[in-house]
Amino acid sequence: MVKEIERAGIPVVQMCNLIPVATTVGANKIVPTISIPYPLGDPLTSKEAQWKLRYHRVGVALDALTEDVKEQTVFKVKI
Amino acid sequence: MKKAIHYINQFFAGIGGEDTADYKPEIREGLVGPSLALNSMLDAEVTHTVICGDNFMGSNTDEAVEIILGFLEDKEFDIFVAGPAFQAGRYGVACGTICKAVKEKFNVPVITSMNVENPGVEMFKKDMYVFEGGKSAAKLRDDVKVMANFANKILKGEETGSADEEGFFPRGIRAQTWLESGKTAAERGVEMLIKKLNDAPYITELPIPKQDRVPIAEPIKDLSKANIAMVTTGGIVPVDNPDRIQSASATRWGRYDISKDERLEGGVYKTIHAGFDPAAADADPNVIMPIDAMKSYVKEGKIGKLHDYFYSTVGTGTTQAEAARMGREIVEKLKEDNVDGVIMTST
Repeated sequence: MVKEIERAGIPVVQMCNLIPVATTVGANKIVPTISIPYPLGDPLTSKEAQWKLRYHRVGVALDALTEDVKEQTVFKVKI
Repeated sequence: MKKAIHYINQFFAGIGGEDTADYKPEIREGLVGPSLALNSMLDAEVTHTVICGDNFMGSNTDEAVEIILGFLEDKEFDIFVAGPAFQAGRYGVACGTICKAVKEKFNVPVITSMNVENPGVEMFKKDMYVFEGGKSAAKLRDDVKVMANFANKILKGEETGSADEEGFFPRGIRAQTWLESGKTAAERGVEMLIKKLNDAPYITELPIPKQDRVPIAEPIKDLSKANIAMVTTGGIVPVDNPDRIQSASATRWGRYDISKDERLEGGVYKTIHAGFDPAAADADPNVIMPIDAMKSYVKEGKIGKLHDYFYSTVGTGTTQAEAARMGREIVEKLKEDNVDGVIMTST
């Protein structure tokens, strides 16, 4: 699906946990998430911690949309 | 007796070669050219033959399809066969075009045959049974025979085999079957592994399609003016799952209006994904579809707009072919709203 979106010329960032799958399938811009069932907020942590993590990683993904990368890139996250 | 209708081009109808390739569509009762062979091998009566010039179909496609569908409207038929088209490119594309239109309009099985080099194969193999045919008309009887044998199975309602067993080009569809050997996947996997370790030949049950890379799209220049859309394969849907998206091997997707929501609430949205424990996402759907964070970025002015809908399907067991099709359908909607960029969350 990512590829069909990008094929149409729309920049796209995939946020996922299984980075090797995304790179094999051919996503060009990838931002890691923390797990499969809860990619953007571990329910064992506080609501505030979940929000911080989610807010940060979605922000990284938004910035990635503006990056002029020349090859497949996995973007770094801090939280 | 079941009934069939056969499509052929002007050349095989005996009307002429390139000079008559502009021949307009015509329908004749009974058999013409290759349909004699088809009729003799099929457990159905070929009641009509449709004839069309390859160039007419190629240059006036909409008109040709409309005329032919008009011919078929008052006819009863159980199956539609086109060709074989061998290596003839325009004929192959014509066979694929008309088969696809007939299948969509009348919902009957459609079958055609082409040589692997025919451009019609790549264009239509995912849409229908395209049998692998010979290079030239010397293979006419053989190619018709293969189509007829398969058509007979369909007409009798018998089980059909895989693309390899039957001889059609793989359509990118996965089918579950019981093996006669009764061997489990674990046993077969270990057998394959042992063969691999011994450098012995083995045949994979899951061929990985060739990699298809897409060029990186132009980045967004000014995020603060951009319209961003959210897509997920994590199965987030309204709790009543209005589009009845399947929990695995999905073939459907949905889009849901979040223009007035600040976040996705548990109890209003949930996940229907069957590939993981849904507890966390059911309690707080934003952990998969982070609408709350996106809305916050809209308020702060980091992004210009969040597209009014988010898009959702389920990514477990979904074939690449289905995923690609759904992706293309979603792209149409994104373009309608001039979406500048997409964030896709996957589970």
